[in-house]
Amino acid sequence: MSKIPTVQINNLNKTFGTGDGAVVALDDINISIYQGEIFGIIGLSGAGKSTLVRCINLLEKPTTGSVIFEGVDITTYSDNQLRKVRQSIGMIFQGFNLLMQRNALDNVCFPLELVGMPRKEAKERARELLRTVGLADKEKAYPAQLSGGQKQRVAIARALATNPKVLLCDEATSALDPTTTQSILALLKELNQKLGLTVIIITHEMKVIEQICNRVAIIDNSRIEEIGTVDEVFRHPKTMAAKKLIFPKGEYVEKISGDGKYLRLVFEGNSADRPIIANMVLKCGAPVSIVFANTKNIDGQVFGHMIIKLPDDEEVFRKISKYLDIENITYSEEKDYV
Amino acid sequence: MFNEGMWLLVGQGLLETLYMTIVSTLMAYIIGLPVGMLLAVTDKEGIRPSPTVNRIVGGIVNVLRSVPFIILLVAVMPVTRFITGTSIGSTATVVPLVIAAAPFVARLVESSAKEVDRGVIEASLSMGASTMEVVCKVLLPEAKPSLIVGAAIATTTILGYSAMSGFVGGGGLGNIAINYGYYRSQTDIMLVMVAILVLIVQVFQEIGNLIANKCDKRIR
Repeated sequence: MSKIPTVQINNLNKTFGTGDGAVVALDDINISIYQGEIFGIIGLSGAGKSTLVRCINLLEKPTTGSVIFEGVDITTYSDNQLRKVRQSIGMIFQGFNLLMQRNALDNVCFPLELVGMPRKEAKERARELLRTVGLADKEKAYPAQLSGGQKQRVAIARALATNPKVLLCDEATSALDPTTTQSILALLKELNQKLGLTVIIITHEMKVIEQICNRVAIIDNSRIEEIGTVDEVFRHPKTMAAKKLIFPKGEYVEKISGDGKYLRLVFEGNSADRPIIANMVLKCGAPVSIVFANTKNIDGQVFGHMIIKLPDDEEVFRKISKYLDIENITYSEEKDYV
Repeated sequence: MFNEGMWLLVGQGLLETLYMTIVSTLMAYIIGLPVGMLLAVTDKEGIRPSPTVNRIVGGIVNVLRSVPFIILLVAVMPVTRFITGTSIGSTATVVPLVIAAAPFVARLVESSAKEVDRGVIEASLSMGASTMEVVCKVLLPEAKPSLIVGAAIATTTILGYSAMSGFVGGGGLGNIAINYGYYRSQTDIMLVMVAILVLIVQVFQEIGNLIANKCDKRIR
């Protein structure tokens, strides 16, 4: 990662409407995204994530704040300058948004026509891109003849035609079935590695973030609640918004009531054979109850986390934390919400 | 009653009617297509919202559309005479036909342009398309099937107007229908004229639908 961010969003605010009817869509957003990253922005619908991604290529003009692209504040740009910049920022959409009256090849040619590339050269380039996305045999097909996954592949080829530095993905896999989602994500990952393309992914699906993102920002109620590496945020979500997203309602988020300490244990590939909890109870002589557990056994290793409730006793807590330290298990005390 | 001379007259009337209809439709589109696009683009949901332009142009269109054609026909006679040198005959009729049809065409074009998926327009903007490029490379081609259906509607409407112009000596089948069928009470001639007009409307409409379906790549 280089030091200067490819995309830097500073104190960005967006308000729709004025006066009493004004709706705040984005509230003081600050994000830096570096070259070669796959950066995820996750939030529930209505959180403001689509508005945020549209502010990056200024399809939506921020009310205040700046968007710095490769070191230059593009919010001050004229319409003409903006059109040039947009050729360096590709974008794909949930609805694919292909030109329905053009075949796959001509769809990919479209951005090349806009930059004035000669027809023959543009066709060559478009063919090469369709090969890259695995649709070399579909160049004559119209969007109506393609499946959802194929349409998104054409859209990706089209977005890449002008060699952009950044690819914005607005819920790009939300209209696709799980298998197709996988293959599109794999393609994005491949492009990221092969071309060094910076990818910004907007989604409401945890799986997408988990699978290909390096870092993630959680947006809730128009604000960024948490930013960090995917591992960090997913294993130790700090904010309520993050917990709500990572552990869907009913399964996990509950207000803690009553006495006692709540501990969250995180399993990051411990041996499935070792009876960790049972040993803990035996060694520390403490009756603990398991409030919640969500673990997976993958190849003999345990992944996941568990919430246990301890008796309200400092001595027991000291013993248990010592035991957990020795066993090398990450834990944290949970307050208010588990 | 239907002697050779009469058929000759009908043949000539048919040609005049087709001439008026086709020339007027073409000219109405030369004016109406850009105006319709302007209305779509400057709409508050359009790519270059401009309430002022939209209201002024939309206002003119509405005023022209609300004047009954038969009144317009008479009212614009001085203009017709100025442009064509005469106020009777089929060429003279083209002038009021265009004035009446262009605003109608503009509304048809506007509604076709608005049918184009907002997402596709957004995608082209995200690739750096200018307003002009969006109009020429996205709105027009994407709306093509709908525009063609609209053109068929416009043509048949203009055909109907052209028949009306028979009242003020406009020529064509409408003129024959009025002169022989109405003034001379020859109902059979009137019916034949109506039948021919119905037939032409059918043909234009069918051709329009056929081309629209043929060129629409969404249907496979």
